[in-house]
Parts: sequence; C-alpha cells; structure tokens
Amino acid sequence: MLVWVNAIINGVLIGLAYAIAALGLNLIWGVMKVINLSHGAFIALGMFAAYLSVKLLGLSVYTALVPIFVGGLAVGVVAFFVSLYRVLNEKELTTLLSTYALSLIIIGLGTFFFTTNPRAIDTHLGSFTLGYSSISYARIIVGLISLLLAVALYLFLFKTSLGKAIRAVSQNPTASKLYGINTTLVLSISFGIGVAFAAVSGALIASLFPFTILSGSVYELKSFVICVLGGLGSPAGAILGGLILGLLENILTLKIPVDYMPFIEFTILVIILLIKPSGLWGRR
Amino acid sequence: MQKGYTLYWLLPALIVLIVYPILTNNVMLRETIFLILLSITLSISLNIIMGYTGYVSFGHIVYYGIGAYASFYLIYAYKLSLIFSILIGGVFASLVAFILGQAVLSLRGAIFAIATIGINEAIKSLINNIPFLGGAMGLYFDFSIYDKYGGAIKAIWLSYYLMGILTIVCVISAYYIKKSKFGLGLFSIREDQDASSVLGIKTKSYKSMAYAISAFFPAIAGGIFAFKSGNIEPSGAFNLVKSIEMIVMVMLGGYGSVAGSALGALIYEKIKGILLVLPYIKDLHLAVSGLILLIIVQFAPGGIVGFLTKYFKNLRKVLE
Amino acid sequence: MILKGTNLKLSFGGLVAVNNVSFEIEEKTIFGIIGPNGAGKTTLFNIISGVYKPQTGTLNFKDKNITNMPIYKRARLGIARTHQIVKPLGELTVIENVMVGACFGKKNYNLKQAQSVALDVINFVGLSSKIFTLANQLNVAFKKRLELARALANEPEILLLDEVLAGLNPKEVDNMLEIILKIKQNGITIIIIEHLMHAIMKISDLIMVLDSGEKIAQGTPQEISNNQKVIEAYLGDPKLALQLVGEK
Repeated sequence: MLVWVNAIINGVLIGLAYAIAALGLNLIWGVMKVINLSHGAFIALGMFAAYLSVKLLGLSVYTALVPIFVGGLAVGVVAFFVSLYRVLNEKELTTLLSTYALSLIIIGLGTFFFTTNPRAIDTHLGSFTLGYSSISYARIIVGLISLLLAVALYLFLFKTSLGKAIRAVSQNPTASKLYGINTTLVLSISFGIGVAFAAVSGALIASLFPFTILSGSVYELKSFVICVLGGLGSPAGAILGGLILGLLENILTLKIPVDYMPFIEFTILVIILLIKPSGLWGRR
Repeated sequence: MQKGYTLYWLLPALIVLIVYPILTNNVMLRETIFLILLSITLSISLNIIMGYTGYVSFGHIVYYGIGAYASFYLIYAYKLSLIFSILIGGVFASLVAFILGQAVLSLRGAIFAIATIGINEAIKSLINNIPFLGGAMGLYFDFSIYDKYGGAIKAIWLSYYLMGILTIVCVISAYYIKKSKFGLGLFSIREDQDASSVLGIKTKSYKSMAYAISAFFPAIAGGIFAFKSGNIEPSGAFNLVKSIEMIVMVMLGGYGSVAGSALGALIYEKIKGILLVLPYIKDLHLAVSGLILLIIVQFAPGGIVGFLTKYFKNLRKVLE
Repeated sequence: MILKGTNLKLSFGGLVAVNNVSFEIEEKTIFGIIGPNGAGKTTLFNIISGVYKPQTGTLNFKDKNITNMPIYKRARLGIARTHQIVKPLGELTVIENVMVGACFGKKNYNLKQAQSVALDVINFVGLSSKIFTLANQLNVAFKKRLELARALANEPEILLLDEVLAGLNPKEVDNMLEIILKIKQNGITIIIIEHLMHAIMKISDLIMVLDSGEKIAQGTPQEISNNQKVIEAYLGDPKLALQLVGEK
C-alpha cells in the first residue's frame, strides 16, 4: 500500500520536472509552430552544465540553475538565428530538419567532449522516511523548483508586456507585426526561453538520476508525449500531461521493467495522435 | 512522361563502379564499394518516401534491421537459401511498413517524423527482449552455413554480386516510379496533400505503397549484409546513426532526385572516408553530418541537384 | 438536375457554418453563390468537394447520394474545384500540375494522354508561355489560371470556382469571365462564389444568397437585385444594384 503512495508522490514530483521540459517545447511550438528536434540535445547540455558546475566550480546544483537558465537563454537565441531565422516560413519539414541538424551537431560535439560514459550528481541531501518507504529531499526540491518555474512562466506570459507580445505573436504573427511588435525579437527570445527551460529541466533531472550525453533523447520523447497528451500550445496541458506521465511511469514500473517505458510512451504517443491529434486539452 | 536521360549515364557509371573490384579482384576495394552500394541503396529508397512523397522517416534503418533479422533467422534456423531468404526478408519488411503505415501515415509530416523516431527505438528494444532472436547478444552463424555456397570467400563474393544487382534494380525501380503516374501522384502529395485528394488521388493508398516500397530494398540489403558478416545483433542492425546518414545523403544530393540520392550517398561516403583518417575529426562524425545537413537546409535546400538545375536548366533532364 | 443539396447542416463547435441549406442546380448552367464574409460559402464548397461531411442533410449528384463519399472519389465522378487561396503544387512545373488534374480526374488518363489533355487546357486558359515554369514562380494571376487549368484537366461535369476573380485587375477579370463563359459553352456546369458583384451578376443564370449560414434568397440576377432581404444584408443600395444588372 505504502509502495503505491510512494509511487504517486514520486510520480507527481518527477512529473513536474518533466512538465518543465515539455513547457519549453510547448512554448516554441506555440509561438512559431516549430517542433524543436534539438530539445533533447539541450536537455542533455543542461545535465552536463549542472554536472560541470558541481564538479568543477563546486556550486550546488540548485545555485547552478540560475546561470544555466541564463546560459540556456543566450544559447537559445543564438541557436534561433543559426538554424531557424532564415527558414521560418519554409515548409514544415525544413524547420524540422534544421533543428534536427542542430541536435546532431550538439550531440556530436557533446559525445566528443564528454564521451558516452554515465555521470551522476550526488546532492547529499538524503531522504525522509514514510513508514517503509523513503522519499528523497532532492526529489521534493525538484518538484518545488519546477512548480516555481511554471508559476514564473505563467506570470511572465500574462503579466509582463514581453510576455503579452509573445502571446500575441503566437496567435497572429502578421497582426502583431502591424502593431509594432518586433517579431524577430519575440521569436528569438521565445526560442531562448524554450531552450532555457529544457536546460534547467535537464539540470533538475541530473540532480536525481545518472545520465549520459545520450539521455536527452529519452526526455525529448517524454516531452513529445506530454505535449501531445496535453495539447501542443496549451501550457496548462503540458503541466497536466507531465503529471500524468510521471504518475504513469512510477506506477507502471512497479510491475513492468523500466526498459519497456520508451516503448509504452511511444505507443501512447501514436494512439493519441491517431485518436485526438490536438491533445486532450489543446487547440490546433 | 517526358523523356529523361538520367539512367543513360547513371547506370553505366554504377556498373563500372560495381564491376571494377571484380575485374581487379581487389578485396579492399570491394569492401569499400560494398558500403557505398549500401549507402546508395538506402539513400535512394528513403528518397521514395521522403523526397517523392514528402514524409521524412527518421528511423528508416528499422527496415534494414527487420530484413536483416528475418533473412538471417531463416538461414540460421531453417537453412533456407540466401536469395530466397533475403527476398522473404524484403517482403516481410514491406509488410511491416505497410501495416505501420496504416497507423502513422495519416499523421501530418512533422508528426509522422516524430513517430518514426520512436519506431526504430521501439523495435530495437523489442528485439532486445526476444529470446529466440538472440536478445542483446544476437545470433551467430556456424561457418558451415557457407559450405552451400562454396566456402566463406565465395559466399562473400556472392553477397557482393547480389548487392550490386540490388543497387541496379533499386535505381531502375526508383527512376521508373518517379516517371510513372504513381510517382506523379506522390510528388503531388508532397506538395499539397489536401489539394491532391481533391484532385482525385487516393492519398492513403499512395502513401502506404510508397512507404512499403521504401522498406523493401533496405530490407534486402540488410539480409545480404547479415549473411556476409555471419552474425547479427540489435545495435548493429538498428543503428540509428545510419538513419541519420540516410537523411543527410538524401538532402545533400537533392531530395526527389534519383541521381541526387546516388550522388549524395557517394559524396557523403567520400567525405566520411576522408574525415575518418584525420585524428581528431573522426569522433566528430555526428557533428559533421549535422553541420552538412544544417548548411544544406539553410542555404541549398534542394541539395546538389537542386543547386545545379537552378543555374543550369538543361541539366534537369539528366539529373532526375 | 446535376447537383442537389437537401437541408445541409454543419457546425464547428458552437458556430453553425451552414444551417439547413438546400439547392438544386441544373446541368450546364452557371449557379452563383454570394453572401457576406463568413456566410458559409466556402464551407458549402467544402461539403460539395467532400472535405467536410455535413452533420445532417444529403448531397446528390444526379441520382447518386454522395453525402459521405470520400474526397478523391468525387474527382472521379467529375467534380472539380478551385480554392479561394490557390494551392499550386509549388515545386512541380505548370504542365506537371495540370497533368495531375488530368491523370486522376474523371477519365483516369495515363501519362501520355494526360499530357496532351493538359497541353490543350493550358492553351485554353492562356498559360502556354509558362509550361515549364515551376508553379511557385508564377505571379498571382497566373497561379489562378493554373488552379483553373488543373480543375479543367479533370474534364469535370461540375466546376466549383471559389473567388477566382479576387486579386485580378479589371482586364484580367474580363479575360477570366470570357474563359468561364467558354467553359459553360463546353457543357460544364459551373458553381461560382464571387464577391465581385458585376461579374457574378453578369454571368450567372441563377444566384443563391447566403448569410450567416442560411439561405436567404435565390433567383435570377434581376430578382436577387430587387430582393429586399438581400439588399439589406448585402447590396446596400437597390438603385446601384439595378444599375449593375442593367449593364448586362
């Protein structure tokens, strides 16, 4: 019985971290209708940024989140101009291949510098016990930070003028331009935020589980599943989707070996896409 | 359809390429060309679903793997003949593609691409867990299998001839598909699927057929290579890097063009060959592929053929 | 009767796009559909070409009930259409575009036959100078002609024209109208959506007026321009309307 409670709590906590990753993907899709195939690569970069901050700079992984976010923002803006700026209005597949190429470059370079050896970060925080099961403090912190980030994003999008500009561009780019919004600025910053969220989610996940340079793709798949579950373009949906996936994972792995998870996630993805492509909550 | 002259130079060039190591009995060269022929076949096949129909298949190597496993298993467990086995492998993979296609081809381009990313991983993890296919360790031939073909050396030469024939058949098929009414329908679907339906094209069937055909040749190639190596295991048969390379080759050469895919494969293999001997660069394989793809997509989305035909319109008839 | 719609209804969520619309179109006539923006005209076209299936009501092509017939089969029947926002097959040449129309249309031609049909049609609409041009390199006027050519290559019985005149200058409009009348002479039934009043009044045999998804009037151009409801909803000035019809 307590095993179930454990699974549920862990599911919610990790689900929130997944949601942060998905929010990044979601934002980019919502604003520029681009499916960012370099998402996983940036998650992996975030993981390694966290690792290096801890190992080389001696920072706590949580302090490192701030520079990782800022760094992700900057890198994202650059990535936007390198891979998307020129081809935004081309065929959908062009932007797809462009971001894919970016992911190859990043993972390729990453493999070169970091090799595929697994790394891990130990937060030395321990856990508290609940009867016969224990919940690590690290997971709770991850959950809390994720929640904070989600709220911060909401406040940003709805209470600041830049946030409003972003929402305007995502609804009607042409009209936004006519209203004097600098769409290039908005688009590049949106991409930057999307990448920043990916990187931070990577850092958060790295504080909990071991990882390699190739781990990003696993979480990228999860982000796709979440966005499709919750509906591309719906931030609330991404959070709900994250929670659902986190719960599903933790409950299923009580009975099924964890190796099967990608296969199950993929099946969920395809089923939802076939039945209700706009997701459970989303708008097209 | 209008007369095209592509095969007039492409086929002779390919035949020369294939025959050269045979005539000179040069085993090293044969191995190099073996790989080039594989790349050409993979690239031209992917082009059918990606370049003609507009559906980017990210994990396309999965059909190479399925064909490899099916064919290898038939030889290994039932001692069937090579040609028969690889053909069955090809048909089996096409069937799998057709069935999977029913599920994923109704998805729009970008979403389809994402689904294909998952397919390869899903099937790989599936095979990893199936005992009679050897699991993660794979299967190994008893070398006595090669006796039927006159010994291991003769068997490898046989594989080479078969690969050569496969490549030629693949090129000819891809070309005639492009020039056929079916091909016209595929190109129309690529440009505007909704308009194509309204114009009377049964898009679902066409897409499924294209996808099944694009699985056939890689599957046979998989069977040939598995036979040649004498062993098979999941990470080799379902090598995601090969999938990535296929995409880069198609885009580099020029999507939609048979000559383009062949040229893209050739040039890519050449570049790879050069880079792999440089000390630091060889580990940057993936990054370099990504860079090539990025540059093509940003600056020359039509690839080499697209670039050439834009400035030399007369080349259109020979670079189809 | 070549096409008959009975009590067609289609809503999207809370919005009723087409509300209980019925019509009956005679062979070899030009049937015009007018109405303010958002009246449901293009939605009706989408129902006729099969892109949408109506929630209630039936659609009959001669004696056949085609309400739920798949999109691609309608082309085989001989229903062809142009789109309000043209859909050229961008990276194919003009001749290839038109050949698609011929290959998959009513007669199901092979490539060789399709090529000769396509050349005839291209001549007919005046695109001969652009045969080998890529579709996405044409200007708007030529793209519209291409859209029309492609539909005609189907050798259809019914041709749906959705705002073919939009964006054309007066000379191009007259040109297009001539072509449309010639198409009618060739025995093709034409259903045309237009905002250009003088044009549609000039060529239509019968006009149906839609407003907010409902049919508010049907009649000859003369009758329509005198119809109080139509004038209120759409035309504004009755005197001007009569003037325009008078120009026939």
